Amino acid sequence: MSRRYDAIVVGAGHNGLICAAYLARAGRKVLVVERRHQVGGATTTEELYPGFKFSCCSYVVSLLRPWIIRDLDLPRHGYEVLPLEQTFTPFPDGRHLLRDADPERSKRAIAKFSPRDSEVYKQFGAKMAELGRLVKPMIDGPAPDPASRSPFELLRLARFARHLRGQGEEWLIGNVKMMTMSAVDFLSEWFECEELIAPMAVSGIIGTFLGVRSPGTAYVLLHHYMGEIDGSFRAWGLPKGGTGTVAEAIARAARELGVEIRLSAPVARVASRSGRATGVVLEDGEEIAARAVVSGVDPHRTFLRLVGEENLDPEFVRQVKRFKMRGSSGKVNLALDALPEFACLPGPGPHLRGDITIAPSIDYLERAYDDAKYGAFSEKPFMDIVIPSVTDPTVAPPGKHTMSIFVQYAPYNLKEGAADWPNQREAFGDAVVDTLAEYMPGLKSRILYRQVLTPWDLEQIYGLTEGNIFHGELSLEQLAFLRPVAGWSRYATPIEDLWMCASGTHPGGGIMGAPGALCARTMLGRRAV
Amino acid sequence: MPIPSPFHERTAKLCTSYRWKDWSGYAAVCSYDTTHDREYFAFRESAGLLDVTPLYKYEVHGPDAAALLSRMMVRDVSKLKVGRVGYSCWCDDFGKVIDDGTVTRLAEDYYRVTAADATLHWLQEVGHGMRVTIEDSSARLAALALQGPRSREILRAACDADMDALKFFAATRARLDELDVWITRTGYTGDLGYEVWVENGGALRLWDALIDAGRPHGIEPAGLDALDISRIEAGFILLGVDYFSAPKVVLEARKSTPYELGLGWIVDFERARFPGFVGRQALAAEKRRGSAWALAGLEVAWEALEALYDSYSLPPNLPAAARRDGLPVYDEDDCQVGKVTSHTWSPLLKKYIALASVPADRARPGSVLQMEHTVEYERRKVPARVVKTPFFDPDRKRKP
Repeated sequence: MSRRYDAIVVGAGHNGLICAAYLARAGRKVLVVERRHQVGGATTTEELYPGFKFSCCSYVVSLLRPWIIRDLDLPRHGYEVLPLEQTFTPFPDGRHLLRDADPERSKRAIAKFSPRDSEVYKQFGAKMAELGRLVKPMIDGPAPDPASRSPFELLRLARFARHLRGQGEEWLIGNVKMMTMSAVDFLSEWFECEELIAPMAVSGIIGTFLGVRSPGTAYVLLHHYMGEIDGSFRAWGLPKGGTGTVAEAIARAARELGVEIRLSAPVARVASRSGRATGVVLEDGEEIAARAVVSGVDPHRTFLRLVGEENLDPEFVRQVKRFKMRGSSGKVNLALDALPEFACLPGPGPHLRGDITIAPSIDYLERAYDDAKYGAFSEKPFMDIVIPSVTDPTVAPPGKHTMSIFVQYAPYNLKEGAADWPNQREAFGDAVVDTLAEYMPGLKSRILYRQVLTPWDLEQIYGLTEGNIFHGELSLEQLAFLRPVAGWSRYATPIEDLWMCASGTHPGGGIMGAPGALCARTMLGRRAV
Repeated sequence: MPIPSPFHERTAKLCTSYRWKDWSGYAAVCSYDTTHDREYFAFRESAGLLDVTPLYKYEVHGPDAAALLSRMMVRDVSKLKVGRVGYSCWCDDFGKVIDDGTVTRLAEDYYRVTAADATLHWLQEVGHGMRVTIEDSSARLAALALQGPRSREILRAACDADMDALKFFAATRARLDELDVWITRTGYTGDLGYEVWVENGGALRLWDALIDAGRPHGIEPAGLDALDISRIEAGFILLGVDYFSAPKVVLEARKSTPYELGLGWIVDFERARFPGFVGRQALAAEKRRGSAWALAGLEVAWEALEALYDSYSLPPNLPAAARRDGLPVYDEDDCQVGKVTSHTWSPLLKKYIALASVPADRARPGSVLQMEHTVEYERRKVPARVVKTPFFDPDRKRKP
């Protein structure tokens, strides 16, 4: 039997590493075990083609909490984030819309489509930022627990209620609307032109198996505006060297704090004795003991694979199974031997430096969803594209470029079954490139290398169950005190000394880091380690 | 009215923001785009190209060139080897700083001096009776600063100089697109970077050659707003902002000595060949006695700042650009003890940093002061900790 640890974290994704770092910072002896040969999980940079570094999965830093950046001193460990402030939407008829950090320029661009909307746009942004700020206490603390009767909890709820009540009726109505409406309906209350509504609505569907007209998608829009809550910190951007550098910076900080990280050490199961976790058993049979085990993998994998149904109560198992994973997106990563050009705006320019959104109309997006509903990938998908090499020359050889294409929809469950993905992978990749080539005519001849990641691949390679990028859909019924299972939203699990620290817990996915840090804080507060 | 620099034909077309300011009588770009973000990140991630023609430049030739400059500078520049550059400042008789700049030894008896302010008269006065010719080359030479991690690769592609042999603070001649240029590995960003010096007539050609060579590396024309953030991160002081030229101020209290500006490290009393230099006695006395003031790097406590803004129901919001408005600095008893002279949000370090002038006994790293901060028209205070400068100091700056 090897040396005993205070905690073992399963999975060196960004949340696992953050959790480990915080535990170590409090003086605990922590081991992180990772199945893959490198840290990061889906926060990864990989040199798939010589000289080209890809953020294979997650491609932007979204809301990495400023207090985590500060606590772990991440800039000293190599955390550098470049601004990503433009959103470019090309249309098939040759028009385009470029929105950026210059309000007057954006206004002029929108006015070409609707003078009215161009004026409302700024007000909308301010309103959303205000709403976003009000939910800030939600993402910087554990989920409020409305079922609890503990005085501490009631006090916290009361404080939160007061915080909200102070905002007045208008805010409450706005918020209820956001909670219940579809992204398109909500945006249509503000805007009249579809060329603006469609690209804005997509923030409501990223990572969900819902369409822009599905109720509940309005709320997810808010996440897009939450960048404002951090003021000057600007927690949104493109990590230098790919998203993997964020994980590496966290890993460096963690190691400096004394965390041990073992790579290529896949965990077979969580070892438990009489309902209490005692350590982990690696696939090669080695057992490592610890006072507590923290799962940095998704809830399905945690409970159904690492713990095992047989060790859990049936009702809990049912709840875990009801927690929807159902990945709906894929990634296509391209190495390009020259900068791609848009037909509607040829040549280089600021429009290639930000987000490029292929979302030309509401019907286009809804049709993309229709394909997925019936078990096929979208023939004409929604795409969110970045070309990191334009702002960050370290990721590609001089003059060459990397292109990251987030694609939705690619349902995990094809009508032929999820296992058919390997047969459809290249056809999916072709659909993506063909669609994009309609906007970028010379694209195909510039492709040096193409990686297609289907939800099936995301599961196989990165261990994301059903390829869900957020460890479980970010839909209303799976958020806050319902994430992942009602009654178990506070990082604890029915197995004593087993904890959860990843995106499947509150406040959810993206490179935000809050679940990892809040889990560690909760464990330390409860003297679990 | 400011005049155009030799690069104006190019920079004017690129400056879509129309944001210019007067720099030593030249029209200089503040930022090409409406925000300077991209230009700032070019300095730190790829390469930024900045027109630095407005710097004052002087050519000092002749057998007494070393003697003159050694006498003028607090640094013994006669020790500089040919092909080396030294950063220095120069003082009046009382050891109060007049200006700072670089001295490049281009040949045994040929130096080039750069300065923030006009310096010809001072060179002439200090060099009275010496066998030197002093030329004000300010209007004859154009200069570009190419700063950032990719700057070496770009110059490697653009010119014939052995860029690997060009050490930090070294100078070399080079052929660049059939132009004769001087390249110095110097700059004001605290990063890997170079400055390229050329006769005015070659200016546009130099610009085009660097832009062409830089395109695959993500080169960006950059303006003074981006530079100002970078230089504060690098802990570099600026004449007229962080200190004032001794002959130009009315109040004695406005004058500073090198020690008070954090430049004590360049004051050299160990001089074999030319022992005397202007201000020597006063500086020697100050060194014995100790200095009254010191330059301090401050780092604002972000939690406190966030809490302050939160009390107004606002997110912490700092100006995106570096600021030069002086701010009072207080001790724990609310007594004003010093002043912040430059401050900025560092997008790279994710910290709110400042350069301040404080009593020497409060300049120790770790000591905590209170800095004024205005929120919603109300003057409040936030704690700021003294830290070592430079705030940002990448290895690549010095590395071969």
